[in-house]
Amino acid sequence: MITLNKTSRRDFLKISSITGGGLLLGFSWLTAEAETPVIMNQTNFTGDLGFNSYLSIGTDGTVTIFSPNPELGQNIMTSFPMIVAEELDADWSKVKVVQAPLDTVKFDRQLTGGSGAIPHSWKRLRNAGATARYLLIAAAARRWKVDAAECTTSNGFVVHAKTGNKLGYGELAEEASKMTVPADVPLKNRKDFKIIGTPVRNLENRSIITGKGVFGLDFHRDGMVLAMIQRPPAFGTKIKSVDAAAAKSMPGVIDVITFKNNVAVVGKSTWQIMKARKALKIEYEKDGNIESTTDHNQLFASLLDSDKATVRRKDGDVVTAFKGAAKTIKHEFQCHFVPHNPMEPMNFFAHVRADGVELVGPTQTPASAREATSKLLNIPEDKITVDITRLGGGFGRRLKYDYVLEAAELSSIIKKPVKVIWSREDDMMGGSYRPAVRYRFEAALDTQGNLIGYKLRGVGINLNNSTREDNFPSGAVDNLLIDSVEHISPITTGPWRAPVTNFLAYAEQSFLDEVAFAAGKDPVQFRLGLLQKARTNPAGAIKYNIDRMETVIRQAAEKSGWGTKKGVSQGFSVYFSHQSYVAQVCEVEMNGKVPVVKKIYAVSDCGEVINKSGALQQVMGAIVDGYGHAMYGKLTFKDGKPEQTNFDQYRLIRMKEIPEVEAHFIDNGIDPTGLGEPALPPTGGAVANAIFKATGVRLMNQPFIDEPLFKTMKSF
Amino acid sequence: MAIFNLHINGKEHRVDVADDTPLLWVLRDELALTGTKFGCGIAECGACTVHLDGEAIKSCVYPVSSIKSSKIITIEGLSEKGDHPVQKAWDEVDVPQCGYCQAGQIMTAAALLKRNPKPTVQEIDNTMHGNLCRCGAYHRIREAVISASSKI
Repeated sequence: MITLNKTSRRDFLKISSITGGGLLLGFSWLTAEAETPVIMNQTNFTGDLGFNSYLSIGTDGTVTIFSPNPELGQNIMTSFPMIVAEELDADWSKVKVVQAPLDTVKFDRQLTGGSGAIPHSWKRLRNAGATARYLLIAAAARRWKVDAAECTTSNGFVVHAKTGNKLGYGELAEEASKMTVPADVPLKNRKDFKIIGTPVRNLENRSIITGKGVFGLDFHRDGMVLAMIQRPPAFGTKIKSVDAAAAKSMPGVIDVITFKNNVAVVGKSTWQIMKARKALKIEYEKDGNIESTTDHNQLFASLLDSDKATVRRKDGDVVTAFKGAAKTIKHEFQCHFVPHNPMEPMNFFAHVRADGVELVGPTQTPASAREATSKLLNIPEDKITVDITRLGGGFGRRLKYDYVLEAAELSSIIKKPVKVIWSREDDMMGGSYRPAVRYRFEAALDTQGNLIGYKLRGVGINLNNSTREDNFPSGAVDNLLIDSVEHISPITTGPWRAPVTNFLAYAEQSFLDEVAFAAGKDPVQFRLGLLQKARTNPAGAIKYNIDRMETVIRQAAEKSGWGTKKGVSQGFSVYFSHQSYVAQVCEVEMNGKVPVVKKIYAVSDCGEVINKSGALQQVMGAIVDGYGHAMYGKLTFKDGKPEQTNFDQYRLIRMKEIPEVEAHFIDNGIDPTGLGEPALPPTGGAVANAIFKATGVRLMNQPFIDEPLFKTMKSF
Repeated sequence: MAIFNLHINGKEHRVDVADDTPLLWVLRDELALTGTKFGCGIAECGACTVHLDGEAIKSCVYPVSSIKSSKIITIEGLSEKGDHPVQKAWDEVDVPQCGYCQAGQIMTAAALLKRNPKPTVQEIDNTMHGNLCRCGAYHRIREAVISASSKI
């Protein structure tokens, strides 16, 4: 159970006192190198001894570890302790995990985003486990009067084979807490890993499958009120007038509060405030550009020709290369805005009191939320607590903290503890979208079909740099120009799972497929050829690992039987993002004139795989996500208003629409490089390239479902 | 406001709410049964699925006044110890990612297997079609339904 409230805070203290008789090991999350474990016992544990986090071993052998990062389905609450338990040689059945509240003194990078938690904490967690194990062995050796080097550990016990002595960690914990901490401890050889790399089930499964209230929306505090907020329905508008009389007179309504561009209906129960909100009479007036999707289409066309682009990377001389080319290819790719749509709508609990602020809820970025709350209410950060509940999905939406600030501001006005709840419509209309983007790609080939020139221009709406200028194929093309143009819009955007690359990868990999086709080359061999060129004769800086990319390409081709199958059309894609490499092959079969995506192979190099089960979830889920949004994702605007506001109009992929997925990992022992996002970007390209192979039709825009190819299967 | 006597998870509950209040909000706000989730409010996502006399329904659009003497089972009451074959399969197959939709998925699957203990994959897909999983855990959801089906 996650710590949610004051009761759980007492649990925190209780845990401390239980372990007072055991081993309580503080370890720094700040830098792996500067790690100085501190052993404490109950007498000197005050909770603030300059250490940064801890794992504890109780006298009953229970191993407790605080998990600082918000859990939104990336399975961090299971994979973090697996790493500690591995080095500790712990009995996994005795490991407990507790979600830590925000604590910027104890924890570093307490956020979920960028696929960065495991890469960031890998060494710190290993050192913590190894240090504790070292001390337990030292305690046992002293008790048995034997050489510590003769002792081994296994599944929560220290063992001395010669004498047959064996003691559980719980029995040694107190003694271990009095031992001197070594400056550094040896880490396991990965050949000896027993937990890392195995499939371990999510530690919160039981809570989830029995309906325990672990999410933010489930949080309850006696005396709290509920609120729903009416925000402007169109971007570029503001409140002109509010008539709340009818709403205020409705049953269960405590008050209606207008602040900024918000009208909050405060009441006792969700259904009552939902109904009362509908009775509000609000007039809005223009407060900026009122934009429609049709305007954006025109904007894209003109900005692609803008002479005010920001140059992101320039190698060689593209003008000369294109002038001297035997063949040139030019294509444009476009996507719509898409909302994040985590299944749990936005919500947050706030209680602004005279002596401080309590915030509770689902957030990917608790530290930024607190900082912003501090500025908004002019209350020092050390007077603000943030408890992190489990997040019912995030996908980047909860990196923004607009919904936290609203709750805090409302509580400060009504002087009550309040939980602000968003409806699905609020969420979809609420202004945090993947930016709509259009790309123009151009390629120049010489007479042998070599890629001698490459141009990419990205135009993004509220997206400063819509390119990843140093990604492949940069470094493999002598003459290259990558630039970008931004349009500032009132339609607000935000990071969406695999920001930028979630669409750029599809566009780029589709384009490279088209270039390979124009050059008369096999798509896999074409990419391998470019990598070989980058290796032997690089153009400018290479900021990806050529060997790792080449390996996933070769493996994906092998696993999928690339080019050897009859009756299916295959499409290839490979992408490097968040320091990991993923290659995918999609297989399409025709059902009459309609292409059907049957299977996607994925080969991922994310370095060391911590939890085989969790890693498979991330890859399979990311592929379903990437395919689903490439196929269906579209939020359009008319006069500043989103035209799709709930799942009856906005299509998300459902079970019967998923292809088979076969996922493989590269076993190379490299330190882990992240997996929450990297398997998503390649999917759209693999699918589009397989569809091209099957039909000869190049899909230039997302969602694919809007293309004429799919006109017979429009319905949900 | 009106008084309703509801039979939920084997117990009688008395609530005083407006007669158009969806069962979802009676469960969550009045009875603190927060295992049943709010996702869309228009019966499109299935996060709010509960059983009404053994049939899966979307509680977010089911008004309390329509329940009358029907028996309601929520995720909290699906089994006494959390060991319904579907729940066990969900853990064994390690289905949940964020977990938010899973109570609804489990309730839909449990109702399916009660009605049809040996469904085909196509029947599973058709029945589970009304439950969205934004994390895309569909492969394992399907696998867990098949696994539970083999043990019923």
